Amino acid sequence: MDFQLTDEQRQVRDMCRDFAAKELAPNARRWDLNHEFPREAVKKLGELGLMGIAVPADLGGAGMDNISYALAMEEISRGCAGTGVIMSVSNSLYCDPVMKYGTDEQKKEFLVPYASGEKLGAYALTEPQSGSDAAEIKTTAVARGDEYVLDGSKNFITNGPQADTILVFAMTDKAKRHKGISAFLVPTDTKGFTRSKPDDKVGIRASGSCSLYFEGCAIPKRYRLGAEGDGFKIAMGTLDGGRIGIASQALGIARAGYELALAYAKERKAFGQPISQFQAIQFMLADMATELDAARLLVWRAAALKDKGVRHSTESAMAKLYASEMAERVTSKGIQIHGGYGYIKEYDAERHWRDSRITEIYEGTSEIQRLVISSGVLKD
Amino acid sequence: MTFEPNEAQAAVAATARAYARERIAPTVRENDRSEKFPVQLIRGLGELGLLAVNVPAEHGGSEAGAAAAALSMMELAAVDASVAVIVGVTNMVAETIARYGSPEQKARHLPRLASGEYLAGAFGLSEPGAGSDPSALSTRAERRGDRWVLNGAKQWITSGDVAGVVVVWARTDPALGDGRGITAFLLQPGMPGFSVGRHEEKMGQRCSSTVALAFDGVELPDEARLGTIGQGLAIALSALDGGRIGIAAQATGTMRAAIDAARAYALERKTFGKPIAEHQAVAFMLADMATSHDAARLMTLRAAALKEAGASIGQAAAMAKLFASEASQRVVDAAVQIHGGYGYTEEYPVAKLYRDARVQRIYEGTSEIQRLVISRQLLRDA
Repeated sequence: MDFQLTDEQRQVRDMCRDFAAKELAPNARRWDLNHEFPREAVKKLGELGLMGIAVPADLGGAGMDNISYALAMEEISRGCAGTGVIMSVSNSLYCDPVMKYGTDEQKKEFLVPYASGEKLGAYALTEPQSGSDAAEIKTTAVARGDEYVLDGSKNFITNGPQADTILVFAMTDKAKRHKGISAFLVPTDTKGFTRSKPDDKVGIRASGSCSLYFEGCAIPKRYRLGAEGDGFKIAMGTLDGGRIGIASQALGIARAGYELALAYAKERKAFGQPISQFQAIQFMLADMATELDAARLLVWRAAALKDKGVRHSTESAMAKLYASEMAERVTSKGIQIHGGYGYIKEYDAERHWRDSRITEIYEGTSEIQRLVISSGVLKD
Repeated sequence: MTFEPNEAQAAVAATARAYARERIAPTVRENDRSEKFPVQLIRGLGELGLLAVNVPAEHGGSEAGAAAAALSMMELAAVDASVAVIVGVTNMVAETIARYGSPEQKARHLPRLASGEYLAGAFGLSEPGAGSDPSALSTRAERRGDRWVLNGAKQWITSGDVAGVVVVWARTDPALGDGRGITAFLLQPGMPGFSVGRHEEKMGQRCSSTVALAFDGVELPDEARLGTIGQGLAIALSALDGGRIGIAAQATGTMRAAIDAARAYALERKTFGKPIAEHQAVAFMLADMATSHDAARLMTLRAAALKEAGASIGQAAAMAKLFASEASQRVVDAAVQIHGGYGYTEEYPVAKLYRDARVQRIYEGTSEIQRLVISRQLLRDA
């Protein structure tokens, strides 16, 4: 048993903490208000190797482990939650599956520039009528000569408005249900591909999401990722890793909310003393700090299992479920400690709370996590 | 980072698990009913080295470390929290003597605690009027030449009537009204003036005995003093830091028992034509229970790992104890709920788990005291 970070992991954490303090935190409120994509910051993240942390260096990434990825995600999200999810999608939902299932040729074209941050990737599984039940997707890909022709639409696609290539899941054989799903790398300059205006979201507003439309969208056959019918397996396996990213994002958001509340409590006075001297406030802070630590340990455990290459669906789901619900509770208490100031946009407490809410929904709702966990518990 | 026990730690856990399943499990229901102190079980645990897991081998301990001690506690508590708490307090007393005792005190008490000859060690800190705030204790030790004379009373003392050695905290300098005037002593049964009072009838953890102790002019040689004069409160607080890891481990074990029982019941019991485990309302309760358990286990083992590394553990131990005991309460409640009416009867194991779990939020520092410890530290760090 060893709960210590290695020197390398510490360095990654410190570098990201520093970057977040300088480049993200001072801008996060403005990006949120304006719904503005942090293009410059994302470019710099790429230069630091943070858009493909676990991708080997010769493929454009930083070649680090998943604990480092979790640490980086926490620190970046603490500075700006929207930037955090842009990075998480690039790492977990795009680079990870391309690295795992891509051919050498595909990696050259679709991984190297993405892991290094020159280009941006996205992951498109969800559709207007199919979110949690991914086997129900309606988008089709029909083989025609040496091409596939895609028709259908996707919804809520993070990085969709900015992405250069999107990993798209589509039905190649409807009769086989989820075993008839295949994965495709679709460059966004392909004819027949269009996207909607970005969604107007409650939180993580520095990150863009939108709907995607495929109308006779033809791509070469060599853009298929994995074999025909492998799509569902790729999609689900990818989400196990993605959950570590989102759980870490939730950690970062919660920590931002907690630290802000702690500082405010020491400064704000009521009844002649700082409110941090009242047990009602102290005990809220104690619970916030305790839950944060519990969540972090669940996240690190899942990341350590991924590093070992063993199955981690249940553990990732636990980390994601607990960390996201923790983040909502912690940031809500952060507002409570701020009183009225917590409810106005001049302070960041309300932003952290808004940002936290999505972590209970995307990359598998809390209900989907409970489904994954309970089937694991009942199977043992 | 690795979250799995190493081979030696896993071996200690396996020993505890096997003994708990084979020897403790058959006695659980009867011991709960009769409140009978499990003498034979304690002797057996002593033979296996589980009464002094984190005590140097030269004094008869297993010298297996704090993480192994926590793992052992989880295994025992997964079968019977009563046995676990007896063993937990004995381990805590043995570690305290190993850390602060004189060579004579160590030689005299540690092998007897470790082997089970003593049956138990006891920790005499709480008083009728001083629980969460031990610096307010009023038991008095007066110096007379090279001897001390003890007068006062203690309350809620686990194993106080069976222990071969009891650590007793008393005020040695009444001029100092706070913690600085407190000193620790080692008492043994049979000393003139030392008597056992009321045996509490508890709602749970019933075969662990909880008693009041009275000191009426108990005379002690100065050799019975543990640590230096005035060091008492520091000794108590450092022992409690370790003790809290033990209670956190106990609560983690209770959760595992509740999850195992609820899972088995949910797979077998049918409603609306299918096992209730297939209803999401029940399956999702199990998911939350398992998540709480895993988080509590990690919090507990992290605190134990810090203790092994010699780091300061006050914050981590308080967090583990707070988190695990509060989670345990929710988990046993959910386990009863999954059992429906059967959960409210003593025919199924979850009723006892429900009763046993309640005290985990109270002893060795209430949840409120843990929050006090945690918030003080984080306000200091901020």
